[in-house]
Amino acid sequence: MKRTFILAAFAALLACGTAQAQQLDVKVGVLTDMASLYADDTGQGAVAAANLAAQDFMKSHPKVKVEIVSADHQNKPDVGTGIAKQWIDVDHVDMITGVPTSSVALAVMQVVKEKNKALIDSGAGSSDITGSKCNANTVHWTYDTWMLANGTGKAIVKNGGDTWFFITADYAFGHALERDTSAVVEKNGGKVLGKVRAPINTSDFSSFLLQAQASKAKIIGLANAGGDTINAIKQGAEFGIVAGGQKFAGLLIFAPDIKALGLKAAQGLMFTETFYWDMNDGTRAWTKRWDKERNAPGKLPSMNHAGVYAGTLAYLEAAVAVGSTKDGKAVVDKMKTMTFKDPLFGTTTVRVDGRGIHPAYLFEVKKPEESKGPGDLYKLRATIPAEEAFRPLKDGGCPLVNG
Amino acid sequence: MTTIFGVPAMALFGQLLIGLINGSFYALLSLGLAVIFGMLNIINFAHGALYMLGAVTAYLLLNYLGIGYWPSLIIAPVVVGCIGIVIERAFLQWLYKLDHLYGLLLTFGLALIIEGVSRHYLGTAGLPYSLPQSLAGGHNLGFMFLPNYRAWVIVASLIVCLGTWFMIERTRLGAYLRAATENPQLVRAFGINVPRMITLTYGFGVALAAFGGVMAAPIYNVSPNMGSELIIVVFAVVVIGGMGSILGAIITGFGLGVIEGLTKVFFPEASNTVIFVIMAIVLLVRPTGLFGRRG
Repeated sequence: MKRTFILAAFAALLACGTAQAQQLDVKVGVLTDMASLYADDTGQGAVAAANLAAQDFMKSHPKVKVEIVSADHQNKPDVGTGIAKQWIDVDHVDMITGVPTSSVALAVMQVVKEKNKALIDSGAGSSDITGSKCNANTVHWTYDTWMLANGTGKAIVKNGGDTWFFITADYAFGHALERDTSAVVEKNGGKVLGKVRAPINTSDFSSFLLQAQASKAKIIGLANAGGDTINAIKQGAEFGIVAGGQKFAGLLIFAPDIKALGLKAAQGLMFTETFYWDMNDGTRAWTKRWDKERNAPGKLPSMNHAGVYAGTLAYLEAAVAVGSTKDGKAVVDKMKTMTFKDPLFGTTTVRVDGRGIHPAYLFEVKKPEESKGPGDLYKLRATIPAEEAFRPLKDGGCPLVNG
Repeated sequence: MTTIFGVPAMALFGQLLIGLINGSFYALLSLGLAVIFGMLNIINFAHGALYMLGAVTAYLLLNYLGIGYWPSLIIAPVVVGCIGIVIERAFLQWLYKLDHLYGLLLTFGLALIIEGVSRHYLGTAGLPYSLPQSLAGGHNLGFMFLPNYRAWVIVASLIVCLGTWFMIERTRLGAYLRAATENPQLVRAFGINVPRMITLTYGFGVALAAFGGVMAAPIYNVSPNMGSELIIVVFAVVVIGGMGSILGAIITGFGLGVIEGLTKVFFPEASNTVIFVIMAIVLLVRPTGLFGRRG
């Protein structure tokens, strides 16, 4: 008996050894917005983050070779799917990451499913990615609209902001964010007084702001992102929205956006994120490395960048455990059984619907006099534990859950 | 409360005014385009990029030299106008005799380069630029809260537009210019330096774009993409007004601003397409535009 046990242990060790020793080539494609309204929140910063992940992983796993390629999807689903197909068919890309803009992400999800590769999304928002439209080849790492709505919406309603008016970006992401936030507001006893759908990439929000002002809602919820959010808040200050007693709720805000607004215009905004560069020594050290890799002074990493780094590392770990990247679903399945630790998100697990689970944080933008330097933007208001931060598994309607 | 099509009349007045403000920007930019097309026969696709350069120059002046909004309103257009003069001397002057397409392609390429370089150095999230102190705040007009700055935008735009129109249509200098476009040889025979006049005209058109950029800096997100977002609409405005017609550019600029403003109330989802729908209709009915000369 004892001998059998020792033999078995030896055999297991040997098996592990061969798996470890296997040469593995992995190609990762960063598909992102390089030049339009989300480019600073994603874009080159995401490529830099993927490069860091590749470097770190190859250092700890000398037998694994990781190659990073990148492309611009221009926020257009057709362009995104075209690149994804070419990457997988011609260039042998194993995993696609980044992919901001929900409409593009939802389209690329179909491509990776069809070709059985993997998508580790960090940048798109729609909670449908792990809800009704989920699939077994996709992991949604960083955030989603349910988490934003739950974190920010709940906190604001509890602070007395019980009547809302939405200015919504008119596409998949904006609609999802508006829907999820309305649900949270109403569940917590608040009321939605109205909404207006603004085309993506609108430069003048004054007309929408006047409608919001006329609604007399206490809170103007901005269900948009990037340049749209910046323009709305900048012009809101001008129209005396805040001076008139109404408040903005920026439902999706990234650190680079706050820098673009300036603290004077952005102070007091509350929102939810899963990463901030100045959280602890680990995030600060990583930000320094990212800054060097990014090589564009004065930039800050957003949570999307952090997610590309951590998500890529997690995928690589799972790929090594499986021993091959041929079967994208198998690697994603493996990810769902593992627990990942990294300096940016702490501990992350991946749920059966593909949702990455980690804590989220409610931040408030500092007043100009509270800030100690150009990158000192947020103060932490609350930590939302991992198990409360994301939509309960049973509520998402993902076919993988009961299937 | 009186309502018009279910929208309170008061709110409607507010939206009309907002439309007029946006129209001011359309007018300012399409004016520059109209001047350049009317006098040089160049379809200046770099106009949006130069508008962006105006805003970025204002930002740089403020952050590196401590020069505020008011001086920037003069300095930035002069600086960008000089860039325009360099562009005209180095590239455009060789294209006047060729098809319109060459000028269009060249300026389009220039726009891509200018925007690409700016994106590389400045990123796309945008640069903060605050309102000048003297124009902060606003007035409650009863039907809407009018920020002082927006009122200033309308006034400044009207002054600049009408001033330009007056200069070109009603002064001796303008008469030379118009004559030079009709028949450069003859005007040269009278001892007028036509090439220099053309160069300065391009510089002036570009300066108008930069002026628009500085005006926009405190209220719109200052980013390398700000021009490309606007330029398509502005081209539509110029086409509707009639290519090269100065007065047409001004009137359609303001008019379309108002129409777009109203669309934002009644059917916001269509607000970024309404101008193109109008353009299609106008082109069907009057191919030369509302104020264009026939032939």
